[in-house]
Parts: sequence; structure tokens; C-alpha cells
Amino acid sequence: MNLKKTVILGAAVAGLLGSSLAIAAEQFIGLPSYRVGPYAAGGSGIFGGWIDYMQMINERDGGINGVKLAWEECETEYNNARGVECYERLKEKGETGNTVFQPLSTGITYSVLDKVAKDKIPLVTMGYGRTDAADGRVFPYVFPLITTYWSQATTMIKYIAGKEGGTDKLKGKKIALLYHDSAYGKEPHAVLEKMAERYGYELTKIAVAHPGNEQQSQWLQIRQLKPDWVILWGWGVMNPTALKSAAKTGFSREKMLGVWWSGAEEDTVPAGSAAKGFTAAGYNVAGDNYPVIKDIETHVYAKGKGNLEDKSRVGSVYYNRGVVHGLITVEAIRKAQEKYGKGKALTGEQVRWGFENLDLDDKRLADLGATGFLPPLKTSCMDHEGSGRVKYQQWDGSKWNVVTDWIEADKEMVRGMIEESAAAYAKEKGITPRDCSKEM
Amino acid sequence: MQFFFEVLIGGLLSGVLYALVALGFVLIFKASGVFNFAQGAMVFFAALTFVGFLEVLPGWTGLEEGGRAVFWLAFVLSLGAMVLLAIATERVVLRPLVNQPPITLFMATIGLTFLVEGIAQGIWGANVRGLDLGIQDEPIEYMMENFNILISSFDVFAATVAAILVAALALFFQYTRIGRALRAVADDHQAALSIGIPLRHIWVIVWAVAGFVALVAGMIWGARNGVQFALTFTALKALPVLILGGFTSVPGAIVGGLIIGASEKLAEVYVGPFVGGGIESWFPYILALGFLLIRPEGLFGERHIDRV
Repeated sequence: MNLKKTVILGAAVAGLLGSSLAIAAEQFIGLPSYRVGPYAAGGSGIFGGWIDYMQMINERDGGINGVKLAWEECETEYNNARGVECYERLKEKGETGNTVFQPLSTGITYSVLDKVAKDKIPLVTMGYGRTDAADGRVFPYVFPLITTYWSQATTMIKYIAGKEGGTDKLKGKKIALLYHDSAYGKEPHAVLEKMAERYGYELTKIAVAHPGNEQQSQWLQIRQLKPDWVILWGWGVMNPTALKSAAKTGFSREKMLGVWWSGAEEDTVPAGSAAKGFTAAGYNVAGDNYPVIKDIETHVYAKGKGNLEDKSRVGSVYYNRGVVHGLITVEAIRKAQEKYGKGKALTGEQVRWGFENLDLDDKRLADLGATGFLPPLKTSCMDHEGSGRVKYQQWDGSKWNVVTDWIEADKEMVRGMIEESAAAYAKEKGITPRDCSKEM
Repeated sequence: MQFFFEVLIGGLLSGVLYALVALGFVLIFKASGVFNFAQGAMVFFAALTFVGFLEVLPGWTGLEEGGRAVFWLAFVLSLGAMVLLAIATERVVLRPLVNQPPITLFMATIGLTFLVEGIAQGIWGANVRGLDLGIQDEPIEYMMENFNILISSFDVFAATVAAILVAALALFFQYTRIGRALRAVADDHQAALSIGIPLRHIWVIVWAVAGFVALVAGMIWGARNGVQFALTFTALKALPVLILGGFTSVPGAIVGGLIIGASEKLAEVYVGPFVGGGIESWFPYILALGFLLIRPEGLFGERHIDRV
């Protein structure tokens, strides 16, 4: 073999090796899931949808610009200690380590809040967590995304005002807040009180002790109070119990408005006919008639690679919420690849930039087959929420039907509160907020 | 005053439901001296098995979905599952621990809790299910029209079932041979063995009866709030009932249940607003704690006297 042939052969081998290395590039995503324990019903739906979306990207597109998605689940059972253990176990996995952590638990979120900035792993807390993390200057690695509890609370009052004939009609109305007696349940208090001052409605807060499987006394109080509306800020068994107790006391379900953790099939099905007419918020909607869900059915379930054993759950509220988690994660990685190099596995720090520069406008959502499935979203260094919009769905006895368009939050009020709270946190922790004019 | 009675009656009816769960604890404690931490998990396991069978039996047997035949077949099969669980518990957990200190047996039942919860979700999945027993959870019209008092027909039904169950078990313990043997075992394992009472059989029987009680409790609580993991939390409601009524008394469970149910509801309504509300999760424990100081063996529990 002469020198020329050797060089050509060597180059060919190197090329092959190079291309095979490129094919082998994988983006690792650690999934702190909960499929057993008290909240397994929600966990299995959300993580099932999320995994199915990533599987669909691998099957249909061959990954993100050729980078396949790889993932590993770690069972937290919704337990803080196990959540931290999962965080530590997953963070070194994959070519570039874990690149995003989404625990779906406020408790675990608080437990790893300080760690993520140190380890440079973005923490996504969609639909929960601490609301003031929407201020990206103070929380560069935390992303509440889409909307927060405070934004949602303002949309609830907007929804009620719409039903009553305008915000001026709220004066003198009675609104009862039936809430889970925990930090989660107390999240909307300040916003609802502030709005009560502004619009003149009377707010009565009624606590329900965890787990909420007994609400007789609360509903007898509601019966005495005779409110115009009841806002249900529940979780788990508290939700069907509230709906059944409402039926028992003769309170109209049409006048009950639920938080997005009260508005899934898991909340209404156990309540049976008592749930009919109940309306709840959602940053995603139910239904399988969206191209993105059809793609999952075609490229994942038709090939026998679906994550859920019970395929009938595809299109449910929690499943679709998982798809939203998957979609946004994939889009953040795609965005980051535009800056740091297509076809490469990225680090957590690089993916963080992707989350901070998301721009899912109507056109992009249409391309993704998700028009109306989730609201348009645009994040920035200042704003880690990115949208604030919420839709409302009503239970007709067998399925959820969307009854509103995306309702915009009262951003002016909420943003001021977020900045105030984030500034207090920064002061307490000695954090110097980033100067967003210098961020790119 | 009408509102007071409404809260009081509602509380008493809820209390009967707590008593139903407490009954399972009493049975096992009475016969084996074991505080069965897994009772809440057994309620969950039983209810999930029942609705699981309700779902799969029409496909397996061709019986009409939602029909009476499927209901009773599912009930019998679930009862069979509870008996199997009782046999397995005796073989795997209790038999190797005969004559061990009570704390060892208690710890074993903690392990059993996680096992039973995991097995239930492993077999039937984690989905939340509804359960319709055909009894509407609606106010009784007569009471509404004549007294403007809200009493749920479902709560009355549940209270009746619980009362029948308590009466039947009290009679069973008092007047049957097995009942006497159970009491003998409860008094002294060694003495019972020495006069030929088969300890292992007795344990299987009592765990199976506790399984039956768990099934009934699971069906009622499941129909009320849905069949889901939260059924395990019903055990938390039973603990103060046991402290009040006594760990060894079947009638004590029902009286304790009534006291706890009524007092927690009245406290929530009349005291709750002054302390931020949501007090019914801890108020029964405060009450039970106070009771422990005055009468440690509970209202109907056996007074334990050691000769020095």
C-alpha cells in the first residue's frame, strides 16, 4: 500500500469515525419522576407525555439536528429527600451531564434551588414553584415558564368578571377561596386580596387541612356564606371531595373555578356526575385532536414504543401537560444549538441560554402542530415566565371542553409583586441581580 | 341553632366512617396485640382491587358492565384477595416473629404498608378511579324541607353499614367459639396455645376479617372521594378514634369515632376561623392527647395492671 492510498484510507476511516461520533451525540435529560406513591396518577400522566414527545422527536426527526435525546427516570415518590438524591444521581449522567431538572414538586424545587445555580443546570418549574423566580435577574437558572400562580389568580378574576358582565359588576360580589392549607394554597392570597381592594368584591378564605378528604364543615360554612363564586385551589383528593361536597350542599358547579392542579380527569372522574359544569384553568388543554398528539400516535404508539400502558390517557390534561414539558425542553435545546452549534450535545449552561431566549410565536406553534395547545411564549433575561396566559376548560361529565381563548394575566400588577419579592430574596441571600442589558 | 345541629349531625355521621377504619385496627390489636400500621394500605388495596375487578370482569366473563353480577363477583374476588393477603401476612410476617416484642411486629407492619401500597399500584396501576355504589350523595329532602338541615343520604347509608358491621363483630366476638378463641389469644398467646387454640389459624382469621372491614371501608370511602392513594390517609383519621375508644374495644371504636367526628367539625366551624382554619387535621390529636392524660386505656379499653 503506497502512501497516497494509506492517506486516503486513513481519511476515510477518520471520516467514518467522525460521522459515527456525530450520530452518537446525545443530549441527556434526567427525569425525576413519580410513578408510585400518593401522586402517581398525575406523575405517570405527565412524565408519560413528556417521554412520548421526546421519543417522537427521536423517531420522526432523528433527534434535534441529529442529536438524539436520551433520558433516565429517577423515582422521587414526590418526596423531597428522594428528589435531592435523584438530582445528585442524575447530574453527572450523559455526555455533558444532566442539562435540565424539572421535579414537578414545589418541595423538591426549594430543596435544589441553590444547587442549580452552582451546578449550572436549569431548573424548570412550570405551573408551580416560587412565583418570583420569574424575575430572571435574580434567578438566572430557574424558569417558571408560561405562567405562575399569581398570573393565574388574576385571570380567574378576569374570567369571573367576564361572566358577571364586567369588572364593575364585581363590586359587592362574594368570592370564597377554598384552599389547600399549605404554602401552595396560600400562594394566591396576596393577589386576590389586592384585586378585592381594586374591584370591591368580598373575599372569604376557607382552609382545608391536608389531604382534604373531609370538607363537611367547610362546605357548611360556604352554604351559610352563600358566595357568588367559589375558587377551588386544591390538590389530589381534595378536588373530587370538594366537587362532591358542593353537590351535596347544592352549590352550583358552574360557579366553581379551579386552579390548574384541580382541573384534570383525575379530579373530575372520581366525583362522577357531581363534577359536571365545573370549570378549571390550564396552561395546556386536553384533547387528542392536535397534530402534535397525532404525530405521537403515528411515530410512537403505532410502533409500540409508547410510554403509557393505558393508551386512553393520551390527550388527557396531565398527559398533554407532559407533552408541553417535552416540547418546551426540546425547543430550548434547539434554540441553544443555534448559538452553540447544531448537532452538538450541549451543557446545562448552554441549554439555560436556550430557555432564556425561547420564542414560540403563533407561527412556530403552528409548525410544531401545537396551535391552541399551549400559549405563545417569549422569554428573556428579565422574564422567565414568558406568557402569563391561561385558558379555561369545562367538564361536561365525560371530557374537558375549552370554553375561553387565552386570557391574559394582569401583568402590571403581577410583575410589580414579582420584582418586589425577588428583590427581597436577593437581599436576603446576598445576590446581585444581573444587568440584563449586558446579556445576549 | 339549626346550623349547630347541621354541623353536629354531619360530624357524627363522619365519625361513623372513621370508626369503620378504626375497627380494622381494633380487630388485629385485640387478637394479636399488633398495632397494624398497614390498615390504611389495606383499605387502599381492597378498594383498588374491587374497582380493578369491576373494570376487567366484563371483558373476562362477558357479564354486563356495571351490572349486579359483576358487582358481587368483584366483591367476592376482592374478599378472596384480602384472605390471600391475610394468609401471606401470617406466613411471611407474623409466623417468623412469634414471641417477638410488640415493637418488632409493629415495625414489620410498617414494612408491610409499603409492600401492600406498591403491590396494589403495581397490579392495578396508579389511575384515580370513580366508584358508584348506586347511593346518591345528596341531601335528604325531608330534612331539608322540614328542618332546613342538610344530611346526606350517602352518609346515612354509610353510617348504617358501619353500625351493622360493628354490631355483627361485637356479637361474633362475644358469642361464637372463634370469637372466644380470639379473645383468649388476645389475653395470652402462650396460655391460648397450651390449651390447644391454633394461634396461626386465629391470626389468619382475624387478619382476613380485618381485610373484610378494610374492603367495606374502602368501598365507602372510595365511593365518597374516589379510589386513589389518598385512601391510605383514612388511617390518620382512625388513630385518635382508637386512643379515645380504646385499642381493644369494638364499641369503643364507634363511640370514639362519634366523639372525634362531632368535635372536629364543631371545632373547625367555631374555633377554626379564629386560628386561620384548617384545624380538623390536628384537633382530634389534641383531644386524644388530653384524653390520654386522664384515661390512658381509652373509654372502653382494658385497664392494664402489672403486679410488682
